[in-house]
Amino acid sequence: MHITEILFWILTALALFSALMVVSSDNPVHSVLWLILVFIAITGHYILMNAQFLAIVNMIVYAGAIMVLFLFVIMFMNLNKESEPQKSVWLRLAAVVSGGSLLLILVAALKDNAGYINSMKGEGSIGLIKNLGNTLFTEYVVPFEISSILFLSAMVGAVVLGKKETSIPAA
Amino acid sequence: MPIIPVNYYIFFSLALFAIGIVGVLTRRNAIIIFMCIELMLNAVNILLVAFSKMHHVAAYALDKTTTVGTEAQLFVFFIMVVAAAEVTVGLAIIVMLYRNIHSVDINFLNRLKH
Repeated sequence: MHITEILFWILTALALFSALMVVSSDNPVHSVLWLILVFIAITGHYILMNAQFLAIVNMIVYAGAIMVLFLFVIMFMNLNKESEPQKSVWLRLAAVVSGGSLLLILVAALKDNAGYINSMKGEGSIGLIKNLGNTLFTEYVVPFEISSILFLSAMVGAVVLGKKETSIPAA
Repeated sequence: MPIIPVNYYIFFSLALFAIGIVGVLTRRNAIIIFMCIELMLNAVNILLVAFSKMHHVAAYALDKTTTVGTEAQLFVFFIMVVAAAEVTVGLAIIVMLYRNIHSVDINFLNRLKH
């Protein structure tokens, strides 16, 4: 068994176990920490697939920025206690059964693929920032600029939503 | 040479996606539901990168200078951009919700019907 396959299985097991812990842990802060572990495992998968730039961006944006934002909101609302009322057992059972049957159907529909991935074979230059930046700033420069407008509107929206509503004068 | 079938990546990302769906359906905390949505987005990202790599391996055997597979990785980049914007607005909405009803339990949102 090659080192790449061992790493693949370790990362897969880590990601799936952490994802289950995200769903099943009672404390929201623990959920955030498990989710960070999921993102670290996914970053490892990106590195195994020679997508180096995406690995770095995943680490910085997801495990860094977004998770800090989640943690900040949870701490801000003082939710780090096990006080969440649970749904009824039958509802949870129905949810697990429906999710499991979706998984079963998708696996049954997609199990006949014959493609393979040759990891770590020294052909990994498309994941580097040189190639990606070239394509991004020539072919995809319009979506790039539009995404900057999206960020601006998201920023304005967050500020507007976060303002105190009592300061609005009654017209 | 280590060869990993693309099936493994498909099953892995499907399992992550199903776990995210079960989380959305079972939990009542709005923040954890949001985190499960992030989980599903990441499952899709893994699938895109795996198919990009598979496509690139197939094209590389014929042409050593090919850049096939770049587009999928750029799509993943744009998905990350959109997810970041979505998290910003969504968390602002959750904070506003908490300020109004002093809870993040989605069952309290039933009162939106009345």
